[in-house]
Amino acid sequence: MKFKLKVWRQANQNAQGKLVDYDIDGINADMSFLEMVDVLNDKLIKKGEDPIAFDHDCREGICGMCSMYISGRAHGPQHAATTCQLYMRKFKDGDTIYVEPWRARAFPIVKDLAVDRGAFDRIIAAGGFVSVNTGQAQDANNLPVEKAFAEKAMDAAACIGCGACVAACKNASAMLFVSAKVSQMALLPQGQPERTRRALAMVAQMDAEGFGNCTNTGACEAECPKEISLTNIARLNREYINASVIAE
Amino acid sequence: MATAAKSNSVFFKSSIGKKVVMGLTGLFLISFLIIHATINAMIFYNDGGVTFSHWGHFMGTNPIIRTLEIGLVAGFILHIVDGLMLWKQNHDARPTKYAYSNANANSKWYSRSMGLLGTLLLIFLVIHTSHFWIPNRANQFIHGEELNLYQMMLDIFQVWYIVLIYVLGCVSLFWHLLHGFKSAFQSLGLNHTKYNKTIDIVGTAFSIVVPLLFASMPLVIFFGLIR
Repeated sequence: MKFKLKVWRQANQNAQGKLVDYDIDGINADMSFLEMVDVLNDKLIKKGEDPIAFDHDCREGICGMCSMYISGRAHGPQHAATTCQLYMRKFKDGDTIYVEPWRARAFPIVKDLAVDRGAFDRIIAAGGFVSVNTGQAQDANNLPVEKAFAEKAMDAAACIGCGACVAACKNASAMLFVSAKVSQMALLPQGQPERTRRALAMVAQMDAEGFGNCTNTGACEAECPKEISLTNIARLNREYINASVIAE
Repeated sequence: MATAAKSNSVFFKSSIGKKVVMGLTGLFLISFLIIHATINAMIFYNDGGVTFSHWGHFMGTNPIIRTLEIGLVAGFILHIVDGLMLWKQNHDARPTKYAYSNANANSKWYSRSMGLLGTLLLIFLVIHTSHFWIPNRANQFIHGEELNLYQMMLDIFQVWYIVLIYVLGCVSLFWHLLHGFKSAFQSLGLNHTKYNKTIDIVGTAFSIVVPLLFASMPLVIFFGLIR
């Protein structure tokens, strides 16, 4: 297969970036999108040019590192998949493919397609944790958890923090990410001691990082590789309203 | 920290607090639309405006309604100012736009265009209030008597482009409500499998029926069906 790529190249955070055209041929339909970029980078290196910088790690859809905005979609046209799980057979031979970095004020570009998602780490540091007693681990059966809550918490915990929600949102809002992280703990007994403080602190940090507000368009849910549901955002709204105006 | 964050100003400055205000004022304005549409629909009695004017007089002079009217103006202002603040923040959250974005693949255009639709509605609101509400209240204030709103309506809706503006205003209202009605519940955290379907159906029905009812009024007058 052959493709015409339009890739965002930017030397560093402060440099002026631009889309650069690349023609690539001889791509196997079963290559992942990242492997296609690997092939392109190989050619660039052989020509003595600067290879395209992009984030990647596990390449099996669980780490959340790969990030590209492909053909106008976060992680490309494949539903519920990260960029590493997007295969070239999803495209037509001869397609023109736009490849851009996540675009958000809170995610500054490091280089080319790699962005700094440290804002997510700072939101987690603000309240995305539980207190654990030292000493011997207690018996697991001492903490009864209703099955339905355990399932919902597990669904929320599937979030890999890739930032596709921010990238897809017209407002670059981080509400889906924050709502998943707040939900997974608000639903379980282990998360109760810090429950109100967590909602307040994580939303405050989210706002401080410069993410936008939630317009409830549902773009985040549609593009999330882990299919995190919008119901988590409603839960975050409840948690925050409760923490702000109801809870003691 | 938790105590500091619980102050009211922090809540209303937060992204979620602003959306809560947007949802509450939005639902309040929706409740106003029901009253407004109901009273206006009295023209369909086609009795030369007797029933319409009876209720119009009640709405224009009853002290309770007049007090609630202050709340209505406040509701509009809050909804508009809050909306503008949200628009500014959202605009700033992505300084560099995508060169190519296929947003239609993941969301509805009208859900992404609430600011634009709201601005169109604001322009319509200025035109609409300067036709009826402002001259009427001004006359009440200066001369102590109401204007004949029914006759004004018959006169104003004889001009085709005014009728067109009103119909387009109702079209904007339809798209704004189609997202806004359901979105308000989500912003308030009201999302549950038990009643999501109901909100969805009621919201869609409301978004169709109310703007359609409003749009029919200048049209029936223009075409001489109501006189």
